[in-house]
Amino acid sequence: MFESLSEKLQNAFSRLGRKGRLTEQDVDEALREVRMALLEADVSFKVVKQFMARIRERAVGADVLQSLTPAQQVIKIVHEELLALLGDAPGKLEIAPAPPTVVMLVGLQGSGKTTTAAKLAVSLRKQGHRPLLVAADPYRPAAVHQLQTLGKQIDVPVYADEKQKPPALAQDAVRHAQSMSQTVVILDTAGRLHIADDLMRELEEIKGRVHPTEVLLVADAMTGQDAVRVAEEFNARVGLSGLVLTKLDGDARGGAALSVHNATGVPIKFIGVGEKLDALEPFYPDRMASRILGMGDVLSLIERAQQSFTQEQAIDLQKKVRTGQLDLNDFLAQLQQLRNMGPLEQILDMIPGMSRLMKSQTMPAIEERDLKRVEAIIQSMTPEERARPEIIGGSRKRRIARGSGTTAADINQVLNQFKQMQQMMKQMSSGKMPRNLQGLFR
Amino acid sequence: MLKRLFGLNKGTEKTRETFIGRLRGAFQQARAIDDDLWDEVEAILLQADVGVATTEELLSRLRESVELGEAKDSSELFEILRQEMDALLTEEVPTEQPVLQSSILNVVLIVGVNGVGKTTSIAKLGAYWRDQGHRVLLAAGDTFRAAAIDQLRIWGERANLPVVAHQPGADPGSVVYDAVAAAKARGADVVIVDTAGRLHTKFNLMEELKKIRRVVDKHGVDAVTTLLVLDATTGQNGLQQARQFAQAIGLDGLIIAKLDGTARGGIVFAIVHDLRIPVRFIGTGERVDDLSEFDPSAFVDALFEGGARDARG
Repeated sequence: MFESLSEKLQNAFSRLGRKGRLTEQDVDEALREVRMALLEADVSFKVVKQFMARIRERAVGADVLQSLTPAQQVIKIVHEELLALLGDAPGKLEIAPAPPTVVMLVGLQGSGKTTTAAKLAVSLRKQGHRPLLVAADPYRPAAVHQLQTLGKQIDVPVYADEKQKPPALAQDAVRHAQSMSQTVVILDTAGRLHIADDLMRELEEIKGRVHPTEVLLVADAMTGQDAVRVAEEFNARVGLSGLVLTKLDGDARGGAALSVHNATGVPIKFIGVGEKLDALEPFYPDRMASRILGMGDVLSLIERAQQSFTQEQAIDLQKKVRTGQLDLNDFLAQLQQLRNMGPLEQILDMIPGMSRLMKSQTMPAIEERDLKRVEAIIQSMTPEERARPEIIGGSRKRRIARGSGTTAADINQVLNQFKQMQQMMKQMSSGKMPRNLQGLFR
Repeated sequence: MLKRLFGLNKGTEKTRETFIGRLRGAFQQARAIDDDLWDEVEAILLQADVGVATTEELLSRLRESVELGEAKDSSELFEILRQEMDALLTEEVPTEQPVLQSSILNVVLIVGVNGVGKTTSIAKLGAYWRDQGHRVLLAAGDTFRAAAIDQLRIWGERANLPVVAHQPGADPGSVVYDAVAAAKARGADVVIVDTAGRLHTKFNLMEELKKIRRVVDKHGVDAVTTLLVLDATTGQNGLQQARQFAQAIGLDGLIIAKLDGTARGGIVFAIVHDLRIPVRFIGTGERVDDLSEFDPSAFVDALFEGGARDARG
């Protein structure tokens, strides 16, 4: 998501890196790139202005000149300042000492409140809470029905009463939650413009009646310069305790993340990364800052890998790799595990340097489609063929091609790649780096 | 026009007036062209989401005209800037032809990322075209999002427009197929197709959109128009959205939704300029008649009226 920004910064810094020492002019030139990259990432104009002033102050002069590696010094400063802009604690939901915890979701139309409400419910239930969803949007056609449908999908109760005004409804919902011993009440309020006075007053009234533990602003990651104003206004009127940034699975550079926190001072607690109802993740400022700087989101990757691979699976696999006994069954399992970790582009995005590597000539683009085709081919093989690919002759190839909707040439390609992989693994386990791989990392 | 553009009925009249007052202070009163003024113009453009590249392009053209002696003070400079921006929105863009072709069946596909306001825009468009004498039918092609079909149905009832819908989860292609057949049977001349919101980066979902387009083409429909709905609050990602949708199914125009807030929708300049897609409509509120045909010069004016405040704020 922040790919282009990190690339821009990397370019700027690689120019710094080639010189031994930095002049003020060098710093200025690099910082111009930083400024442009931040603006193109939709970071608020004013935030960029302040940010650049702070960076320049720290980078130009003593700090940089005395440093042995000036480029690193500048990266460090930018990184620290980015971190400061993003907030400093991983997002967690505040839980009230006495239940129910009331979470109020607010935001503009179309920012993703209803989906976020359902995602939050799923995530809270996983942690052992008993969530109740409240449909407090009587204005948008079918908004109540939307939440009810989602509630049914995830098997979470939904409190709704289209005849009641939202403040009274919210109050009743909290009472209802108490009587049903639901521990968390999630209020899905109507989307509204931050300048619509009557609707903002309604939010104030809801807040006054139910005293929420959390008031979360749900904001679209694709928002431009207006993000700051929206966040400021919601914060001034209802007082925010946290932010949820949605639609981060697209390619928006998400500068709004930098702006909204800066404008309100409240932490970004969660990010939405997909349309599935489990696609809500805690926000880690350090990871995001590292990612912006192109250091990759290694921590997230490790965490996801841990969720998808069990310990035994890993040990088993290691043994097979060492002894060169890996067959197509293992290969298929690997492929499926990789896909379990999420969309390929997302995973590749997290690997440091991968985004640049993918764009360079040395590495062909890996696409989700290709993985699916390979998966289909292997699945069209019999277990015996997977264990002993060498038995696959012309007739078997034709059958597999028919079964997987591919051609015999595709099958050959997969088999050849697999053979190469086996050889590579043998070489690697004997400590030799294969030549073609060395070329990749030069 | 300006009133509608601004949603002045929402209690913002006073603040707006002050912005306009400030704008006059910034530009209309003749003042020397100095670095401060350049900074101010840059700030206004960037804060309206015009983007770095387009802003730099505009500024360099302005500097040229100052060198050529065409602009001697701030008010002349501002006039040239407005003209340049107007040109960005209208030059080399096919705006002369109406969106709909007369006396044949028009299918209008409404596409966009999640939450931009597609369904609401469809209801408004339907009412707008009906009032112009067209026979309009809506097709509930968003079979994915929970209750999207109901949302369109309710809008249909409110605006008194017929809606063709299948069950949730149905193939959108088949909904469109049936809608076109229904339109032919009932003698409707406009079918507006709602589609599920999709991020332009999702390969499968963009493929699905191509399929919907193929269904329409196979059905022997002569006039197919695809309009992208863009949220006015969208920043620089808007260009990427438009580019990807244009590449996947081709775009004939833009609808800018939610212009009743404080967002200026400046990314539109880059989209129109780079992709040669005209803006056709703007959405300015939640009522069914909160839709207007796009007026480039009013749009440019609005951008500066908000912008002058920001630059000084």
